[in-house]
Amino acid sequence: MNRPFRAGAARRGISLIPNHVILMLLVLFAMGPVVVLLFNSFKTQAEIGRNPLGIPTDIVFSNFPEAWDVGNFSTTLRNSGELVVVTVIGVLVLGGMAAYSLAKMNLPGANILTLYLLVGSALPIQLFLVPLFFLWQRLGLVNNILGLSLIYIAINSPLAVFLLRSYMVQLPSDFEDAARVDGAGEWRIFVQIVVPLAWPGFLTVGLVVALSVWNEFLLATVFLTDQDKFTVVTSYFNFTTRFSRDWGLTSAGAIMMILPIVILFLALQRRFIEGLTSGGLKG
Amino acid sequence: MTSHADAAGARVPTSRYLVATPRLRFWQRVTWRRRVVPWLFVLPILLINVAVVFGPAVASVYYSMTEWSGIGEAKWIGLDNFRRLFTDDSFYRAFRNNLIWLAMFLTIPVAMGLVAASLLMPVRRGAMLYRLSLFLPYVFPSVIVASIWRSLLNPDRGIGATLSDWGIGGLDRAFLGDTDTVLPTIAFVDNWHFWGFLMLLFLASMQNIPADLYEAARLDGANRWQEFRDITIPGIRPTLVFMILMTSIWSFLTFDYIWVLTQGGPAGASEVLSVLVFKAAFTQLEAGYASAMGLTMSLLAGLIIGIFIVLRKRGWEI
Repeated sequence: MNRPFRAGAARRGISLIPNHVILMLLVLFAMGPVVVLLFNSFKTQAEIGRNPLGIPTDIVFSNFPEAWDVGNFSTTLRNSGELVVVTVIGVLVLGGMAAYSLAKMNLPGANILTLYLLVGSALPIQLFLVPLFFLWQRLGLVNNILGLSLIYIAINSPLAVFLLRSYMVQLPSDFEDAARVDGAGEWRIFVQIVVPLAWPGFLTVGLVVALSVWNEFLLATVFLTDQDKFTVVTSYFNFTTRFSRDWGLTSAGAIMMILPIVILFLALQRRFIEGLTSGGLKG
Repeated sequence: MTSHADAAGARVPTSRYLVATPRLRFWQRVTWRRRVVPWLFVLPILLINVAVVFGPAVASVYYSMTEWSGIGEAKWIGLDNFRRLFTDDSFYRAFRNNLIWLAMFLTIPVAMGLVAASLLMPVRRGAMLYRLSLFLPYVFPSVIVASIWRSLLNPDRGIGATLSDWGIGGLDRAFLGDTDTVLPTIAFVDNWHFWGFLMLLFLASMQNIPADLYEAARLDGANRWQEFRDITIPGIRPTLVFMILMTSIWSFLTFDYIWVLTQGGPAGASEVLSVLVFKAAFTQLEAGYASAMGLTMSLLAGLIIGIFIVLRKRGWEI
């Protein structure tokens, strides 16, 4: 798309040096703090006192196992992992079914459902948070991974339904029609034909939902108050208030938390960016 | 389904029964498949959504008119919560903070995103690296971003202290502990994480502008600024407007960074509406009053959408 423009810019000798200079300053702004975080995770407490921002002079690795223990990472990683897995499966299966119904089954009253999902996704959490909490408490769903997953599924489903629907609408219907003539039920068509064809959409939605659940703070704080139900995020919040002076420890904890996200993001960046920008629904 | 078909068929003579039943069954099967099955596919997610979002949202309208601790019976008090809200100084202060926050987020990240995206547009060498590194902070959780910047803003050991060692004084202050600077400082931290997202959206939109428009502008002797003003901005207008709308709504509902960094302090200087709702519901156990505030907040956020729609109807090009 922009190839001719670039060629034109080069041919007409428009200098890109100012662009690179400003962009590099912005990269310094965006990446500098991350680099300092990485440096500090390898420093002793004494060195951070002398040298809080620079390159570590003698590298120590002890912050990592220590942060793992005091941050209770073995428990919180499992909790966050369970939340992500249950939510992603729930959103993909249930949201996928709804998207299939909208895209391929000519759902009677589809407009009403679309409108409902649009309005529902625009409602702020603060509007329903308070009654929801006390309802969940009465149902015994507070301090319950499944209880919080249900909330995440509900909140993430409108975006998932719209994105998956737009993927499924583009699929040719030859295969389904053939299967219908052969007497296949809708469930079989959904599972065996539409899901395999629309898998890039499922992957994109899965990644975006996983990221938002992994990083979520407000609901996790409200609905998981037991220490052994904390997620990595809520537990890290307590951890940093407890060890606010020990930067080596908090930095190592932070690196362990963001490493899986960064690796996954770099490996699948196209899908991530596609999902995050096409939705544009999360801040 | 089947029993109904048999009951209908039982009344007709045997000879017609053989003909009629398959026809009836056929139509019922069609109805089942065309009208019922599609809703069965939608039903599970719909039920969950109603239980989590719609039901409690409606309930909060009721609870906003009650005195309720969250446990036990809610006592009906009419509009008292709203009367109390409109005489509550902390509500006005929080509302004002929300407006300041809104003003900051409608200018700084939007400007940074626009500048970076338009500088990145013609770049080919290293474009991917620039894009990824500018966007990366967006995928970090808020608690990490807050923790990084709490360290960097530390007056004894952070950037300010290092600068003053180098002879650049004045920045080694407790920005988060001062009522005058706390809100812009939190906004700065939030923006560090957020602006790359806008940049990416603007960039994606700019790449759809036809290249010959730029060619034509160059032939007419347009400079960089004129190109930006007359081609780039009109070319990405739909994305720009949509993101301004979304940013307005988000900044009205902002919670994470403020709660993590200061919990509204010092002395309420960084309290916004969502922080007040949270405190009222979960630390002061005033769930009825919290519902009234949550509802008011939602109406204010809805008002923003309303203003956009009205301006658009009036023919503003937004």
